[in-house]
Amino acid sequence: MSAPGLTAAAPRRPFAPSWGFRLGMLALVAYTAYAVPQLGLSWERLAVGFGEAGRFLARMVPPNFTRWELLIEGLVESLQIAVLASAIGIALSLPLGVLAARNLAPWWINAPVRGLIAICRSLHYVIVAILFVKAIGFGALAGVAALVVASVGFIAKLFAEALEEISMKPVEAVRAAGAGTMAVLIYAVLPQVASRFVGFCLYQLDSNLRNSTLVGIVGAGGIGGTLFAAFKRFDYDFVSAILIAIIAMIFLAELVSGRVRAALR
Amino acid sequence: MAAPPLEIRGLVKEYVPGTPVLRGIDLAVGAEGITAVIGPSGTGKSTLLRCINRLVEPTRGEIRLRGEDLTRLRGKALRLARRRIGMVFQEYNLVERLSVMENLLCGRLGYVPLWRAWLRRYPAEDIEHGFALLEAVGLPDYATRRADALSGGQRQRVGIARALMQRPELLLADEPTSSLDPKTAVEVLELLARLTEEAGVPVVLNIHNVELAKRFARRIVGMSEGTIVFDGPPEALETAHLRAIYGGEDWL
Repeated sequence: MSAPGLTAAAPRRPFAPSWGFRLGMLALVAYTAYAVPQLGLSWERLAVGFGEAGRFLARMVPPNFTRWELLIEGLVESLQIAVLASAIGIALSLPLGVLAARNLAPWWINAPVRGLIAICRSLHYVIVAILFVKAIGFGALAGVAALVVASVGFIAKLFAEALEEISMKPVEAVRAAGAGTMAVLIYAVLPQVASRFVGFCLYQLDSNLRNSTLVGIVGAGGIGGTLFAAFKRFDYDFVSAILIAIIAMIFLAELVSGRVRAALR
Repeated sequence: MAAPPLEIRGLVKEYVPGTPVLRGIDLAVGAEGITAVIGPSGTGKSTLLRCINRLVEPTRGEIRLRGEDLTRLRGKALRLARRRIGMVFQEYNLVERLSVMENLLCGRLGYVPLWRAWLRRYPAEDIEHGFALLEAVGLPDYATRRADALSGGQRQRVGIARALMQRPELLLADEPTSSLDPKTAVEVLELLARLTEEAGVPVVLNIHNVELAKRFARRIVGMSEGTIVFDGPPEALETAHLRAIYGGEDWL
């Protein structure tokens, strides 16, 4: 094949070498080696940490369900925060998504609406929850408000993107029949994105359930407040009971939304 | 005599200023029958049709539907004019996720208040008209099927029924058979010709197939480079005209 003297038999490469990738990996390894001692990570620190973790875990078993009323109360509040925030978020996302779609709204509408949605997405919901707690006080209202902002950021953005991918042919036909703007939306646009929209909403409801357990830690209502209080009092057996309850609730929610999604397909 | 259903005068369309696609079209369409517009691709046949119902904005000229100039209409007046003009599309343009009956009722959206359309509370006569049209296009049992479950020929039948749901005064058909096989194409055109004749609706039909145009139209309009170069009955269309319309002659 590559016998000497055969000038034409220069080996052909079946794959282009990616020097960018190799350099990138090298840089990653080098930076890791630099960063580990910077942060004081060492084997001794790791050993101490694992020892602490062992003691902590030992105090978590057996989980203590004696204060189950407190637990249920917190869970129910979290559930209410999640459902309420999802409902309001979905209701707001429908019009905002339509107004943000570049093929449906003129630029002087879609640009500011896209900006608004981007702002909703840019801050983590825990930061938003802290802002709302400071602004409107402790309690579930702040949690709902924070999760509404997060829901709008997610659903409206994905909904707008789905709308931008629709086929304009039915839109053209329905317009040609003399339908007004709203009729065009209801008949030619929404049927094309309805199932995806429901999918986004279910996913966000799942997310909100998870997130609603956390906003309580910053004082915005729900089981998170109970959890944080238990941590502060070193009631680790109650902590584990709360964690088990949260996990059970999320599992249940996944099960239900999975069923709904399968039924929609 | 009443004004003709459609009268176009000096119609010019420039997508890019200075390069007209339509260079001054004058055309009057009578009360009956199919007027077939033939011509090479890109010569502005589709643009001509879409200027009539203002899916495309004309640059200059007049388009009169029974005397009313459509080019000046806006907002509600434009919608009221559009509902008087049915349109059949090359790729059917059905809403795939709606049922056949819902697609038919799209033809009533210019007439029915929004809340009725939203709740599917259409007047009983619209529903009856829908069933009658489904029967007429040969799809009597398809009302509740989803449009994306239909074949191409079936979809175009629904497209024709949807246009006729409007009880239009004029029907525009933009290459309605170009996506269909030859046999289905003839069947669909026969259906279109029969139903529009029964309803007394004049048709402007864009079509690539000259033979089909001659077979179904009572008038042929030949377009080339944005102007009308032939206008007459099918019998008068000769090789010399086709050469003028399409250019060259090797293909003849």
